[in-house]
Parts: sequence; C-alpha cells; structure tokens
Amino acid sequence: MTVQSESAVGSVSVPSLPAKPSMLARITDKLVSPFFAILLVAYWEFHVRYFEVDALLLPPPSKILVSLWHGLASGLFLEHLGITIYRALSGFLIAMFMGIALGALISQFKFIEKTVYPWVVALQTVPKIAIAPLILVWCGYGSLSKIVTATLVAFFPILVNTIIGLRSCEQGKLDLMRSLKAGRWLTFRMVQLPNALPFIFAGLSVAVVFSILGALVGEFVGSKDGIGFLILDANYQLNIPRVFALLIMLAAYGITCHVLLRYAHRKLVFWNDQHNVTSA
Amino acid sequence: MQKALSLHDTTPAIELSGVSKVFATASGEPVHALNYTNLTIGAGEFITVVGASGCGKTTLLRLVAGLERSSSGTIRINGAPQVGPSEQAGIVFQDATLLPWRTVMQNVLLPVQVLKLDARKYGERARALLETVGLKDFTNKYPHELSGGMRQRVAITRALVHDPAMLLMDEPFGALDAMTRDQMNLELLDIWAATRKTVVLITHSITESVFLADRVIVMSPRPGRVVEEIVIDLPRPRTLEMINKEEFGKYVRHIRGLLGAGAHARNGATP
Repeated sequence: MTVQSESAVGSVSVPSLPAKPSMLARITDKLVSPFFAILLVAYWEFHVRYFEVDALLLPPPSKILVSLWHGLASGLFLEHLGITIYRALSGFLIAMFMGIALGALISQFKFIEKTVYPWVVALQTVPKIAIAPLILVWCGYGSLSKIVTATLVAFFPILVNTIIGLRSCEQGKLDLMRSLKAGRWLTFRMVQLPNALPFIFAGLSVAVVFSILGALVGEFVGSKDGIGFLILDANYQLNIPRVFALLIMLAAYGITCHVLLRYAHRKLVFWNDQHNVTSA
Repeated sequence: MQKALSLHDTTPAIELSGVSKVFATASGEPVHALNYTNLTIGAGEFITVVGASGCGKTTLLRLVAGLERSSSGTIRINGAPQVGPSEQAGIVFQDATLLPWRTVMQNVLLPVQVLKLDARKYGERARALLETVGLKDFTNKYPHELSGGMRQRVAITRALVHDPAMLLMDEPFGALDAMTRDQMNLELLDIWAATRKTVVLITHSITESVFLADRVIVMSPRPGRVVEEIVIDLPRPRTLEMINKEEFGKYVRHIRGLLGAGAHARNGATP
C-alpha cells in the first residue's frame, strides 16, 4: 500500500517565509504595547502637574506609587488583600464546582432541566449586587457573606457556559458513542465533558474576575476588613492616591488569575489553541 | 468454524424488508425519508449506495447501523432482528469524527475501551491496522496534526479495530480532494480484500460507486426509494485505469441516466 503522497502532506515542512521581518521590526512589535503604556502614564504625570489638577480628583502616578509603597511596606495592604483574595477565591472555587456540576445535571437530565433551570434563569436576571445587603443580613458581617456574594456572581457564567458547551457536542460524536452502545456516563466522561472544556474555560475566566467584584461588593456593603473596606476608608478620608494604589493591587490579582487560567486552558485544551471560544 | 461459514453462506448479512422511515418536521408535515425499501446484502459483499442528497441514503445507513428506528418493516442482521446499535457494525462517518483530545492510537482504541475488550490483544491489532494504512509513525499524533486523508484513515481503522462483521461508511471520502480520494478508494479495496467484511458505502460520486462496488444501489428522493440495483461485473482487483474503459463508462452513464431521470420527474412534479 502506497501512501507517499498523503504522508508528504501530513509532515508539513517549514515553508520559506515570503519576507522575514527584520530584527528591528520584531523588536518594535514587541515593545509597542509597553512603550504606549509608559507614554500614557508619563503624560498623566505631566498633565496633572502642568495643569495643576487637584490631587483629590486625579493624583499623579508618582503619588500613587508612593502610597502603594507605604501600604505594602507597612504590611497593611497585603493583610487586607489576603482577606479579599481568600473571599474571592473561595467564591470562585465554590461557583466552579457548583456551576459545572449543576450544568452537567441540567444538560443530562430533562427532569432537572424542567424543574431547576427556570429558577436558575429567573435568578440570573436578578442583579446579584442588589441582593448583597440581604446576604449581609442572612450571613453576617464576617467573611461568609462576601464568599456567598462572590459565589453568586461567579456562578452564572460558569453554569451557562457549561450547559452551552455540553450541548454543543457534534451529533456525529454522540452517534459514534451510541453505535458502540456506550452508556450515558461513559459518553459524558469520554466525549461531552472534554468537548465542553473550551466553553467551561471561557466561563471560568469571566467568573474569576466576577468573583473579585462579588467579594468587593460584599465588603462595600458591610465589612471591617478587606480591600473593599480599605477603599471605602481611604475614600472617606479623601486619600485618593491610596484608592488608586488599592485598585492597582486588585488589578494585579485579577491579571494573575487570568494568566493562570489561560495557562491551564492552553495545557488542558491543547487541541483548540488557535480558535478559543470567548464569551462576554 | 464450519458452522459459522455455512451460516454465512445461507443467511444474508443485512436484510431489509418493507422498511420505511418517516420523519416529522417542525411544521408537522411528515417527510418520507425512506419508502418501503427491500434490500438483501450478502456476507462479504461490497455495496455502494448512490443518489442525490435527500434521497434517504444516509437514513438507510443509520437504520442498518441501528442509530435510527424504522417506522415500519423489519431489518435483520445475520438473520436476527435488529434491535439497536451493535458491535457487529463499524461505522465511518462523513467527517472523521475523531476526538481531538485523543492521540491517533487512543482514538483507534476507543471502541476497545467502550466495549471493554482485551486492551493488549486489540492494542496489537490496532497497531497492525495502523501500519497497513501507513500511519505507523503517527500513533502518538493528535488529529489536528494530520491531513484530511490521514484522519479518515484513522476513522476507518477505528471502525475496524473491534473486528466487526460489517463496515458502514457514510460518504467517508466526500470531503477529500480527488487525488486523495482515489488513493483512499484503492486502500479501502485492499482492506476489504484482506478482511472480507460486508461493506455498505454511501456516496454521491457515481464513479466512486461503480469503482468500489460489487453492486450499486441507486436511490431517488422524495420519497427516498431504491430505483435500481446494478451488479458491477468488473474484474478484481480494480485499478484506476479501469475508470477509462468502455465497460466502466457504460455503468456510469446508466446510473447517471437513472439519477437524471429521477431529478427530471421530481422537477416536473413540483408545482
């Protein structure tokens, strides 16, 4: 049996590139984003100083950095950041397990879809932030109310994406399993779940950001610690540079989560690296 | 062994008698995908089914595979009434339907895993099969690293790995370019010659249907039905040169005529 023609197609040799971008072009390409960022921050500094903008409205970046340094050096920021991360991350993890599990149940069992799903949809339309005060009443002043808020906010993107992902399985793959008389669980484990992974990851990366939002809202509503508490506190004292410094820390945490998730996504869903599913 | 052989000789591998399939559409209007079809396929026969899209040829295959229940009539596989999917059928779908998160070898071994067969024994069989289709060096590659033809080879290997009695193929080479397609047809005939499985292959290519088959089933749409069964009396092994022979051309022209007439009648009937 001869297969040379096909094999040749399979093992693609590196084609000669039409025009190799020059070293300079590649370096410029790499540097354009950081350069723009630096330019923006520099202009911000310049504008605030030159036009003497009130520091209460917009502090210069230098002042924010100093405030950030003080906060970090005193250990105050890290202590409260740790508390907020604990709340956001707990909420995220609970939302992840619940969202994937409930999504799986809804997609697999008509009965659960008919009974539970309408309530889920109804609950989803309620702005979760609006019930944060209620949750404070129910769950108390401590960490629990913040974790519950974070869970609620992070839960829906995971749930919805899990359901969409599990339902998006091609009929051919399901037919294949059916032709082998595979049971429901085996089909779910071997085909539907891996098939849904790109969607689930899209949901997770939205949810991880939402979980920070949830924890923060919980802290705004009523708390004696956490970054949300510090932000409110600094705001009352009109310590605007500190507010900005705290925002930078939250952003840093958010970006870290995002990068870690993207890394996990690439490793786990290696087969559709090129065209990832993205969701709002 | 002797008994099994004699059984094969007398009992048809696949037997459809009066099989119809009616689908309900969203508008409530029934669609007769397949209308009162009788068909007998002997063990080891290579059957191709050709027809325009919508003629019920895929429905026919899915009924034989047990993926679809017939609305009326009976289907017998090796003499026994068919009650659903069976490990006696290996199916190759239109696109390869490989699982992208599994390597070539893991994809091929999927039926072994699902049917809980002896992993070591069938692992060796999978290796041997992959070698015959020229994919020995690709066992640890993932589907996205393969060409279309290679993927379909993996799909065929997967359909054969658990040694089913029949191979059901739904336009397996429809998405491939002409040259790869010729190559795949030759390889399929080699595999068939070596294994003597009962093969039912759906295609919309008249040339392909004649080239491969012992018998071509020509189907016509609305309602889907068998128009004619044509025994292809061409010597084996088949070669690509045969396609240019007068005899081959006769078969192709005849089938084209049948399909053309069907299309004509249909156009006339539509208001």
